[in-house]
Amino acid sequence: MSGFEVRRHDNGDVSILHLKGFLDAHTAPQFEHALQELVSENRVKIVVSMSDLDYISSAGLGVFMGFIEEIREKDGDIKLSSMSEKVFKVFDLLGFPSLYEIFDDESVALARFNETN
Amino acid sequence: MKRLKKNKVKIRFPSSTDNLEMIRDFVRKLSLKAGFKEEAADHIALAVDEACTNVIKHAHKYNARRMIDLNVQYTAEKFEVTITDKGKGFDPARMPKPDLDKYMHEARKGGLGIHLMRTLMDEVNYTFNPGVKNQVVLVKYLKPGVA
Repeated sequence: MSGFEVRRHDNGDVSILHLKGFLDAHTAPQFEHALQELVSENRVKIVVSMSDLDYISSAGLGVFMGFIEEIREKDGDIKLSSMSEKVFKVFDLLGFPSLYEIFDDESVALARFNETN
Repeated sequence: MKRLKKNKVKIRFPSSTDNLEMIRDFVRKLSLKAGFKEEAADHIALAVDEACTNVIKHAHKYNARRMIDLNVQYTAEKFEVTITDKGKGFDPARMPKPDLDKYMHEARKGGLGIHLMRTLMDEVNYTFNPGVKNQVVLVKYLKPGVA
């Protein structure tokens, strides 16, 4: 039983990862793998879109923490978008809004990368 | 005088992350039955997920032959979840609140769950006797101010 899916979509030099389902200690390695793949291809401008993400635990949040510095050192960033109230609450409890840019809409997150290019 | 009816439910499951979804569902349904609203029920389920994840990773080192006992008991005022394992104990109670900036620099992934548990529940208590019995008890009160 694995109610989680990561889909990747490349848009110019920005890659969008769409997360769907439940991101917990069981499924976090799938997300980790997807981010690792992007970093190894040197695609470091990343939007993680969470409109279909129903649940996140600290194992999922830990994946963001594990990559963010390396990505920023390479002049990239992980920007977050389209999360539900419920998922935002978990990010907020751990103070993520001060470390990550969070957008209501995926297209706005994408535009932000283009602004800073 | 109000009658204090105590409901108790127990489950035992293999120590594997495969079971986290089932555990969350189980605890969430019981929380709703106990009278919590959706948001609080979600928080309790998340806290229990974090506690079980810690056992699976740290106490049992992903050995799915080990078992975890989960006991839930609740009254009209109090919802209590006890998670018991017989693994190698570690004491998360001694861990400080995570410094996210430091986490980012060290690319650390763990330790966030304990902070979440403490934030989401009214009480988080640990007892350790490594190899014999380790327990974490998570408590949430149904009425504010009772704690």
